[in-house]
Amino acid sequence: MNQAAVTSNLDSEMELLRFTTAGSVDDGKSTLIGRLMYDTKTIFEDQLEAVERVSRNRGDGHVDLALLTDGLRAEREQGITIDVAYRYFATPKRKFIIADTPGHIQYTRNMVTGASTANLAIILVDARKGVVEQTCRHSFIASLLRIQHVVVCVNKMDLVEWSQEVFDRIVKDYKDFASRLDIPQMTFIPISALLGDNVVEKSTNMPWYQGSTLLYNLESVYIGSDANHVDARFPVQWVIRPHSQEWHDFRGYSGRVAGGVFKPGDEVVALPSGFEAKIKTVQTADGQVEEAFHPMSVTITLDRELISAVAICLVKARNQPHVSQEVDCMLCWFSEKKPLTQGAKYIVRHTTREVKAVVRELQYKVDVNTLHKEEGVSELKLNEIGRVHLRVSAPLFYDSYRRNRITGSLILVDPFTNETVAAGMIR
Amino acid sequence: MHVDTGHNFEETIEFRDRYVRDLDARLVVASVQESIHKGRVVEEKGPNASRNALQTVTLLDAIEEHGFDAAIGGARRDEEKARAKERFFSHRDDFGQWDPKNQRPELWNLFNGRMNPGEHFRVFPLSNWTEMDVWMYIQREKIVLPEIYFSHEREVIRRAGTLLALTDFITVQEGEAVERLRVRFRTIGDATCTGAVESEAWTLEEVIAEVAAGAADGTWNPGG
Ligand SMILES: Nc1nc2c(ncn2[C@@H]2O[C@H](COP(=O)(O)OP(=O)(O)O)[C@@H](O)[C@H]2O)c(=O)[nH]1
Repeated sequence: MNQAAVTSNLDSEMELLRFTTAGSVDDGKSTLIGRLMYDTKTIFEDQLEAVERVSRNRGDGHVDLALLTDGLRAEREQGITIDVAYRYFATPKRKFIIADTPGHIQYTRNMVTGASTANLAIILVDARKGVVEQTCRHSFIASLLRIQHVVVCVNKMDLVEWSQEVFDRIVKDYKDFASRLDIPQMTFIPISALLGDNVVEKSTNMPWYQGSTLLYNLESVYIGSDANHVDARFPVQWVIRPHSQEWHDFRGYSGRVAGGVFKPGDEVVALPSGFEAKIKTVQTADGQVEEAFHPMSVTITLDRELISAVAICLVKARNQPHVSQEVDCMLCWFSEKKPLTQGAKYIVRHTTREVKAVVRELQYKVDVNTLHKEEGVSELKLNEIGRVHLRVSAPLFYDSYRRNRITGSLILVDPFTNETVAAGMIR
Repeated sequence: MHVDTGHNFEETIEFRDRYVRDLDARLVVASVQESIHKGRVVEEKGPNASRNALQTVTLLDAIEEHGFDAAIGGARRDEEKARAKERFFSHRDDFGQWDPKNQRPELWNLFNGRMNPGEHFRVFPLSNWTEMDVWMYIQREKIVLPEIYFSHEREVIRRAGTLLALTDFITVQEGEAVERLRVRFRTIGDATCTGAVESEAWTLEEVIAEVAAGAADGTWNPGG
């Protein structure tokens, strides 16, 4: 790692970008991750020597960077774990967490999991193969999970003579089908993960490409607006109510801001009672603050005591979430043991709450490869995605997932096995 | 709660006790020595004997005795390959067992903390942190640390590729030489298996510079 550069940045809080990587087998995902780590000097000499030695022993003409991420490959081959693995690297500009989702059988489930916390998705396309079914599936998941930025890396450009024509055709094909999706920002980069072209260093083989390298994109893409700073939402996690004499009247509502801004003096409404009050103070562990927004964890005090402190969410009078026992959502099914069926009962976990739920209707399931909607289905199996209507035992305070990833997401838990069986995005 | 193997660095215990006093908190000590007395575990023999493995039994007994729902730990995914898939909420069945093949997926910030009686969770809030993040946080929040996290002179021996501090719990083997080196610890656990690294980092800034350079030792593995 470039020490001078890194240490010079140590005083400031470095921004963190989380991204996922997706591609079909052999598209070059491991090589690309290895290349990013290698070229950003996250890989140290001893590791590198080991990799060079193995590559040499195998008689490879080049260093096989995929070996750097080989732990997962070995597992995959033994069929041990098919899951999400997290990797870390940093440049002087940003810190990065990669949610790497290898494996195939549970791929949708894993990718949904990785995508749920990602700012950006890298989708790999093999230049020789172009846009394939898997590309479609990965893009659909990125869009469903509302990943704001998708970077399509057209890999193995060295195998198509660095051809602009090939690249342009793939970009066009991708855009054609992505027009049916909802991806706010798309970027296309022709690369060779193996040789490093346009990954960290600009390619000299493709002078026709005017854009920036992948790393430059990762370092500079604007992620400040990924959180919702408009609709004030404060799901209360804990009510602080000291029993001491000194603090007898203190009531603090603690939690993490899920959207919007909260300031002392703001008029707020407590759900579900509808009780109105004014914010007296906003406090953190370091004392009072002027305002709170996502992702701050704070304690809010009010100018009067709420009559009922059960299940509260603080919001603003003129901008309220849906308050309802009916929830219409897209569900991705995670359980291999039992499918989702109509009439089945689950526990819903939403923001800071847990309520019971029953499946009222399975409206359709989506073929993730073709985006085709299949109606009249009776169950959702592992890795399947469908539109489901739930009825819950107490009103939830929610927004659509499009509007707010926090107040619009939920998980389903099996009440008997306690297994997490589904992830839901509220419509 | 502190699971105490009895093989401690003095500095750790001093620090622990002072910290508990300052916080005015109640500390539960679960002692491996007691587990040995009670016959719950048998002390390992030989030069590499360690109580590292034994402490699991002590931990589980204590969790059961006190009825804890969760034990919070500081493990990070970047520490070793095997942890790359570790969860924030790691579920343990009523035998305290972890089933890595059957972990609950974790989406957004929605953690599934449901369990049956007798089961518990290990919770690792720092899962996603790197060694560097920890040091930056210590710097930002001005967290006080035991001295042995910084460079100091100490008698050590080289064993199986690590620098082991010479303590009462370690017997020097034939062919092993005691050296006096300037070292610091990156983590502190049982004294028989906590390795030191050679270091000249006397201050927080210097430790951070060492971590940034990745030079603390050759084994640091970035998320691999
Ligand atoms: N020629 C060429 N080969 C590549 C490139 N990227 C990856 N490969 C090769 O493609 C094969 C599969 O790559 P790998 O990274 O293991 O794919 P994964 O299955 O997506 O992780 C390996 O033999 C790589 O060396 C590239 O840009 N150009």
